[in-house]
Amino acid sequence: MIQGWAQIVAFLVVLTALVPLLGGYIAKVFQGERVFLSPVVGPVERFAYRVLRVRPDEGQDWKGYARSIVVFSLLSWLALYLILRTQSVQPFNPEGFHSGPWNLSFNTASSFVTNTNWQYYGGETTLTYFAQMAGLTVQNFVSAAVGIAALAAVIRGFAARSGAALGNFWSDLVRIVFYILLPISFLAALVLVSQGVIQTLDGSQTFHTIAGGAQTLALGPVASQEAIKELGTNGGGFFNVNSAMPFENPSGLTNFVELLLILIVPASLTYTFGRMIGNRRQGWALYAAMMAMFVVGVAVVYLAEQHGSPAQHHAGVLTHAFDGSTGGNMEGKEQRFGIAESSLWTAVTTVTSCGAVNAAFDSLTGIGGLVPAANLSTGEVIFGGVGSGLYYMLLFVLLTVFIAGLMVGRTPEFLGKKIESREVKLVLVGVLVTPLLVLFATAWAVASPDGTQSIYNPGPQGFSESLYAYLSQANNNGSAFAGYTGFVQPDAPGNAGAYGYDFANLLGGLVMLFARFLPMIAALATGGSLAGKKVAPAGAGTFRADSPTFVVLLIGVVVIAAALTFFPAFLLGPVVQGLTDQLF
Amino acid sequence: MRKDLITATIAIVFFTLVLGVAYPLVTTGVSQVLFPNASNGSKIEVDGKVVGSELIGQDFRGLPRYFQGRPSATGYSADVTYFNNLGPNNRELSEFFAEELDTYLKREGRYVPGLTAADVPVDAVTTSASGVDPHISEANARIQAHRIAAVRDLPLDRVLELIDEHTDGRFIALFGEPGVNVLELNLFVDKELHKEAHR
Repeated sequence: MIQGWAQIVAFLVVLTALVPLLGGYIAKVFQGERVFLSPVVGPVERFAYRVLRVRPDEGQDWKGYARSIVVFSLLSWLALYLILRTQSVQPFNPEGFHSGPWNLSFNTASSFVTNTNWQYYGGETTLTYFAQMAGLTVQNFVSAAVGIAALAAVIRGFAARSGAALGNFWSDLVRIVFYILLPISFLAALVLVSQGVIQTLDGSQTFHTIAGGAQTLALGPVASQEAIKELGTNGGGFFNVNSAMPFENPSGLTNFVELLLILIVPASLTYTFGRMIGNRRQGWALYAAMMAMFVVGVAVVYLAEQHGSPAQHHAGVLTHAFDGSTGGNMEGKEQRFGIAESSLWTAVTTVTSCGAVNAAFDSLTGIGGLVPAANLSTGEVIFGGVGSGLYYMLLFVLLTVFIAGLMVGRTPEFLGKKIESREVKLVLVGVLVTPLLVLFATAWAVASPDGTQSIYNPGPQGFSESLYAYLSQANNNGSAFAGYTGFVQPDAPGNAGAYGYDFANLLGGLVMLFARFLPMIAALATGGSLAGKKVAPAGAGTFRADSPTFVVLLIGVVVIAAALTFFPAFLLGPVVQGLTDQLF
Repeated sequence: MRKDLITATIAIVFFTLVLGVAYPLVTTGVSQVLFPNASNGSKIEVDGKVVGSELIGQDFRGLPRYFQGRPSATGYSADVTYFNNLGPNNRELSEFFAEELDTYLKREGRYVPGLTAADVPVDAVTTSASGVDPHISEANARIQAHRIAAVRDLPLDRVLELIDEHTDGRFIALFGEPGVNVLELNLFVDKELHKEAHR
């Protein structure tokens, strides 16, 4: 296991070293300052402003900013839905796919516009290359950019000395895409291709194997999508088995690169925050709180997976590691990743709202599966989605400040700004919407025959699948206990005869949409509300939010809020399985 | 609102052209020039014919002259992929493990006297995530080496050497796990035999 721990520690060290670099760069991009890419990207940026007919310095208040986001996302949804419905007439369709059922398209469009990338479909068996590129890849970029832009606006509100303007959404969108997401994705895509991730427009190829059979390789423009899928914490695989597929993730090297891509933006944004409010310590304090919760999750899932599963032990399979064998629960895991890299990925992809997987979550051990569920239950604030993770965490920061204020009997303040009734109400709306959606949707899904037809495994695992499905969709994550089904595809070409479950597709789609935009609007409103407030100088009685005490308090609030909401539900699923050796 | 609608419409068309058409096509063009083999699936050719991909495992079940890959939920399908998705306490999964363990012990036990369940590495009886895992563990390969040596009439030392040669190590000796590439190894065993016959 020493080798495994070394991999995990080394990854965290590299990540932490990169945080100030990218975080500082992003801060400059947010503030419209000159960066080293300006000579190349500047002309593109100005061209984009001319095409969109926007004036980048025209500030919007929080309502204007939120309205632009909602309108843009709504039209994005329509465009994507249209693309998914018109597959038969599209170019770049070597396999001759037709469109799937409408309810599936509803779910998929909602999923990609909300940065969730929950997938009831399998990419290589249902989607044209055109839909993958012009539909899904585009949303991978812009839905990520929307999250980051919303954060930029919220931070401006926190940092503002006067006025109500939070920036201009359209210019934020353009700058985030062209200065941050596109250059990194392009470079990362080439690195991935060099290691074996495919990038071609050719159709599938069938050949005879030396064993005397035949095999068909599904191909496609994978690397270009893989890079932004990780970088934008999207997570929707080109292939059904996502980043477990060697054509998406062929080696220890690509796995390392992809893990870094997933975490780098959410982690760096804490530093960006610190820089923009003029208190780097505050940024690192948030980073420390997130990292502490993350590390505990990694350790638990690694230990649980290394222990092995009851199904293995009952069958007489020895799960100890020995020379030349990883041991542990290798069901649903790839040899090249082993237990350590699969466990690390499981934690990374669920603390962020990425949701790409390199191992099968449905086959994780009970406690191993509890970790991703617990990560989601915090509302994706442990790093979280690009942008969304930090603005959600800032709501928790205000909540913590408020609770601390109640305890010591002082007016709560953060960054010298008084936190009053209006902000606390907005925070509560933002923080409560998602868990409420999860609990109601899960309850409905397990209590109605329409919902239970999606379940695959018997016993508590079936409940875990249902709970996880709505945890994942509501928190815009997209990973799945993938036995849970919303789409049935007979063994027929081109989606012929395929159908989706109305209940799973529609409820899931609606949950994703509401859980994405309501907290986002609440966060923007909070930022707008703070923007106009006067900054009081810190005095002797000020409770500092950049202190270790505050970090501990913040972790406490996040964990307690999640535990109070979800503990009973977790008992019924993953915890039962983790505590029993019984088979179901 | 009206202004937002117009800007949003233009933005979606603009970003679709830049990010959905230009970006993937330029990436494809550059990849095809810089990494023609990798970008097209790292295919392996024998006598000018494609026989597989370095990165995608194949089904060798029922052929004792070949190293066997890991169990697969999909029969090594590389165009319809899915997980096995059975849970950690699933009875069906446990029975599947027991069967695979039994099959493995019967197949290899003939050539490795005294082989017991305690010697069988986990990767040999569990399904991979992708269904096309190209690798097996080193321990798994070393057990199977005895069978290959006997069936192919090769010295065991030579087979173990071949295994070492076809083991993909960790990235900078740290990240990931070593794995033996089954398809490449089997192709080499075929070739090795060919050489021996012509000596």
